[in-house]
Amino acid sequence: MTKISKASTRGVGARLRRKEDDRFLRGRGQFVADIKLAGMVEVAFVRSPIAHGRIRGIEKPAGLEHAVFTIDDLKDVRAIRVVSALKGFKASEQPVLARGKVRQVGEMIAMCVAPTRAEAEDIASQVFVDLEDLPAVHDMLQAREPDAPLVHEEWGDNVFLETLWDDDLTALRASAPVRVTRRIRTSRQCMAPIEGRAVLCHWDRRLDQLVMYTAAQMPHINRAGLSECLGIDQGKIRVIAPDVGGGFGYKGILLPEEVCLAWLAMKLDVPVRWLEDRREALVASANCREHHYEITGYADRDGRLLGIECEATVDSGAYSSYPFSACLEAAQVSSILPGPYKMERYRCRTWSVATNKAPILPYRGVARTGVCFAIELVIDAIAREVGIEPHEVRLKNLVRSDEMPFDNVTKKHFDSGDYPEAVRRAAAAIDLPNIRARQALGEADGRKIGVGFSVYCEQGAHGTSVYHGWGIPMVPGHEQCFARLSPDGVLEIRIGAHSHGQSLETTLAQVANEVLGVDPANVRLIHGDTALTPYSTGTWGSRSMVMSGGAVASACKEIARRVKRIAGKVMDAAPEAVELEDGFALVPDTNKRMPLSEVAHIWYRQPQLLPADIDPGGLETTAGYKPARDSGTFSYACHAVVVAVDVELGQIELLDYAIVEDGGTLINPMVVDGQILGGTAQGIGTALYEEMPFDREGQPLASTLADYILPGATEMPNVRIEHMETRSPYTEFGQKGLGEGGAIAPPAAIANAVNDALKDLGVEIVECPISPRRLLAAIEGALRARRSTAA
Amino acid sequence: MKPVAFDYEKPGDLATAIALLAGANGEGKVVAGGQSLGPMLNLRLAQPRLLVDVRGLEALSAVEESADATTIGAAVTHAAIEDGRVAPPTGAFLRFVAADIAYRAVRNRGTIGGSLAHADPAADWLTALLLLDASVLVEGSGGRRTLPAAEFVTGPFQTSLAADEIAVAVRIPKLSRAARWGYYKFCRKPGEFAEAIGAVLHDPERGIARAAIGATGGAPHVVASAADLLGGGAAKAALHMVEEAGLGEDAYERQVHLVALKRAALRLMESRAP
Repeated sequence: MTKISKASTRGVGARLRRKEDDRFLRGRGQFVADIKLAGMVEVAFVRSPIAHGRIRGIEKPAGLEHAVFTIDDLKDVRAIRVVSALKGFKASEQPVLARGKVRQVGEMIAMCVAPTRAEAEDIASQVFVDLEDLPAVHDMLQAREPDAPLVHEEWGDNVFLETLWDDDLTALRASAPVRVTRRIRTSRQCMAPIEGRAVLCHWDRRLDQLVMYTAAQMPHINRAGLSECLGIDQGKIRVIAPDVGGGFGYKGILLPEEVCLAWLAMKLDVPVRWLEDRREALVASANCREHHYEITGYADRDGRLLGIECEATVDSGAYSSYPFSACLEAAQVSSILPGPYKMERYRCRTWSVATNKAPILPYRGVARTGVCFAIELVIDAIAREVGIEPHEVRLKNLVRSDEMPFDNVTKKHFDSGDYPEAVRRAAAAIDLPNIRARQALGEADGRKIGVGFSVYCEQGAHGTSVYHGWGIPMVPGHEQCFARLSPDGVLEIRIGAHSHGQSLETTLAQVANEVLGVDPANVRLIHGDTALTPYSTGTWGSRSMVMSGGAVASACKEIARRVKRIAGKVMDAAPEAVELEDGFALVPDTNKRMPLSEVAHIWYRQPQLLPADIDPGGLETTAGYKPARDSGTFSYACHAVVVAVDVELGQIELLDYAIVEDGGTLINPMVVDGQILGGTAQGIGTALYEEMPFDREGQPLASTLADYILPGATEMPNVRIEHMETRSPYTEFGQKGLGEGGAIAPPAAIANAVNDALKDLGVEIVECPISPRRLLAAIEGALRARRSTAA
Repeated sequence: MKPVAFDYEKPGDLATAIALLAGANGEGKVVAGGQSLGPMLNLRLAQPRLLVDVRGLEALSAVEESADATTIGAAVTHAAIEDGRVAPPTGAFLRFVAADIAYRAVRNRGTIGGSLAHADPAADWLTALLLLDASVLVEGSGGRRTLPAAEFVTGPFQTSLAADEIAVAVRIPKLSRAARWGYYKFCRKPGEFAEAIGAVLHDPERGIARAAIGATGGAPHVVASAADLLGGGAAKAALHMVEEAGLGEDAYERQVHLVALKRAALRLMESRAP
C-alpha cells in the first residue's frame, strides 16, 4: 500500500476542482450526437406496440424496400445470447431484430434508414407489421404461476434461474421469541441519464475496420459482443466512447441497436447513426429495480437478530442482457441480503423470472437498493415489535470494528470499517432526542414527522474470485494502465475503463501526482477508445477508483523508477537518493533538482547522456494491478432522514437528511460528495417518485417524463455528509469503491421515517415509491383495520 | 420523436392568420408558446399540415381596461402575468396562479390563450378562469364572438373553437375590493401537472361565492353557489361538491380533490380582507 503524503494539495485527499468541468460547463463536451460524418444517414426503428405476440408478416412500404431492414436481411447476424455457469440457468436468445415473436413492448422489428431522423420515422410509420396477440406475462409473481403464459416456450416455465442459500431454520421457526414477516416490493424503474443511448458507426476502408462511436461504459466489452454477433475479428472493430452523459448501468450492455447499426454500416458503406429518444428509453429499454420479497426476521426480545428467511423474486424482463445476464440482481440478492448484520441462521431462495417487459439492467446499486429496502424495513419492524429505538437495534446487530476483517453468514469478506460508529454519528447528526421531543409536541400544521435510518454496505471492485463462479462472458482480472512521460514532461495515462461522470480525469491525475509529483494539470487521461487503451471490462461495480487508480499508481511507480535512474545519472546521485516532488526530480538537502520535462527531454532527445544499462523501455510502460485481495472493498454509510407527512394528501417532505459515510481513503472528497449527492437524488426518486407501471397486457404506462416523475432540484433536501475514512487494507491507497451507495439507502431510510411518523396510526409502508396514492391507501387501510377491530 | 413535416407561417396580422387557418382545411393549428403543442408534435400526437404562429400579433398582445373588466390578449405569457406586467383585475389572484404554472422556462413562453385553447384538464388557467367567470373572445372567418369560458371549454382537450377560429383574448370581470380568494393546487412536485386543484372566490359586494374543482378528467367543475364552503358545514359541503363533480368513484381522486377544495376554502378564510 502506498503511503500518502500528509499535506497534499493536489494528490490523494485533495479537494481538487474537476479538470473536465471546463469543457462540460461551457457546453463543449463532445457526445455521440455532436459528431457528424459526411454522408451520414439516420436510423429509426419500428418497435413492437404489444408485449407479446407472434409476427405473421412484415410489409415494407412500396418503393421504400431499400430503406427498411428486418431480421430476414440480417439473417447472418447471431442473436445476443448470454450464458452463465450457474446451475440451472436458462439462456435466452435475443435476436437483434424480432424473429417470429415479440416479447416486450418496444422490441425492435425493423430498421429504417433516411437522411434525417424525421424521415426515417416517416418510413417506420409506414411499415405494416401483422401481429397476433398472445397473453402477456405482466407481473413477476404471475410469471411463477404454473399456468402463466410462456415468454420462451422452449423453457417450459418462466424462470431464468432459481437459487437457494440453504440452512435449517426449523428450530428458529419454533423458538424465536420475535418473528416479523413482511411482503416488500420495489417498483420497476427507468434509468434516466441526461444523454440517452447513441450509436454512430462507419467502415474505415484504410484500416479495414468498423468504427463505432457509442455512449458506452465498457467499450472493450461492447467490442467483444459485436465480434461475437457479427462474426468478425475483434481487431476489425474499434469502439469509441466519447463524452458520455451518465451511465448508471444503462450503458453497460451490448445493445441490439449497436449490432444492427454495425451491420447496416457494412451493408450501406456510409456512416449510420441512431440517437435514442426519451420515449424509446422509457418504453423499450431503461428498465431496472423490480423486486419482491417475502421476508421473515427472527429476533430475541432484546432485538438481537437470530436469523433471516427470504423468498425473493426479481422481474428480469424478456431477455438476458450482455454481459451481466438476467440473473445479476436475483442471484446477488441471496448473497448480499445479510450485509453487515450478524446472524446465525440464514436461508434465501431467489427467482429470476422472465416477463414480457424490457430486460432488467443493472442500475447504480444493482440489487442492493432492493435488498437494503427489504432488510432495513424488517429491522425497523423488529424494533417496533420489541420497543427499542431502531438505531439501537442496528447497533446491537452490526459487525463491530474489532471484528474486522469479518466474514459474514454468506462468506462476504468485509475488509474494514466501523458500522456502529456510523450509526451513532448519524443519530447524533440528525439529533434524534430533539426529533422525539418534537414528535411528542406535534406539529402546528397537523403534519406528522418521523425519523428513519438505513444502513447498507457496497461491495466494490470485486474481481476474479467473486465473478468466476458466475461464468458470464466477462470476469474481471488485472486492470491495466499505459503511462508515458512525454518529451515536454506531460504525463499521458491510458486506461480501458471509462469516465462518464466519475471525474476520473481529475482523480486519476491526483493519483499520478501522488506517486510522480506531476502537476495534475499536466496529466492527460486517454480513455474510451479500444484502439488507444489497454483492455478492460470497463466502468461498473464501483471499481474504477480502486482498479484503474491502482493501475495508474503501478504505472507511475514504474515511470518514477526510470525517471530516478535518468535524473540520478544526470545529477550525479544514486537513483534511490532522488525524490520526485512538484514536477521536479531532486535530491533532498542539496541544490540538485531538475524538472521532469528535462528528464524526459534527455530520454527522447539527448540519449547520449544516459547510462549504458538504462531501461530500454524508457519513459513509457504498461502496468497491471489487482488488489492484494480481490473479494471487494466494502464502503458503507448510515443515512438518517426526518420526514413530515401530510396524512390528508399522502405527501412527504424531507425536512433533514444526514449521511455518515465511509469510503476508505478518499482520493477527492469533493468528488465523493458529488457521487453521494447524485446517488441520493436517485435514491429519493426510487423512494418517492419513480415508477414504470404496466397494465395487464404488459403495456408500459409512462412514455414521457410527464408520466415518469424524476426528482429535481426542488425535491433534494440539503443533505449533510460526514466522512469516516477507514482504509481498506487491500487497495493501493486504502480507497474503496463508492460510486453507487448514495442510490442504495434512501428508499429504506425514507420508508422507515414515514413508518415512524405514522406508527400511531398503525400504518406501515412496504412498497416504493411511496406515492400519495399508495400512502393514502395504506392510511385508509390502517383506519379500516382499526375500525373493524374496534367494532 | 420528430414531428411529421409541416408548413409554418408567421402572419403579420390577425386577418391573415385566420385566412391561413381557413385555407388549411381543418389541418391547420395555431401555435403561440408551443409549450404543449411542441411535445405533441414531437410525439406525433398532433400532425397538422400547417402551423400558424400568432406570437407578437398586436391583436393578441393587447391588455385593455374597462370599468368592469380587464381584457388580456391571448398571447400574453404566464410570466408577464406573474411579473405584474399586466394590470391585475383581481388583486393578486392571477399573479398567484401564474407564478405556480410549471417552471419559469415554460412560463416565459406559454400563453394564457394557448393554455385555454389546449384545454388540458390539469392546467391552472382553465380552473382559475372558470372560477372568475371569464369570457373568451374568439375571431374567425365568420367574425367575432364572445363566449363564457365554461362554454369555451367543452371537455378534456376540447373547445368550441372552429377550425378557422383563434382565441384572441380573455375578458376577466373586475372584482370588488372586498373580494377574497383561495387557490390550492396539489401536485407530485413543483412544476408537475396537477393531481387536484381547488379554487374558491368570495366577493360579497358582487354577490359571488363560487368554487371550482380542477384537474379532473374533464373540464373543471364549477359550483356557482358555494357559500356553504365558507361556514360551519364546510367539510360536508366540500364532499358533496366533489361527489357532484363525479369524483366519488376512486378513493384517491375523491380524497385529493376534497382536500384541495377544503384547503382552498381555508386559505380564503385565512386571507386578510382588504
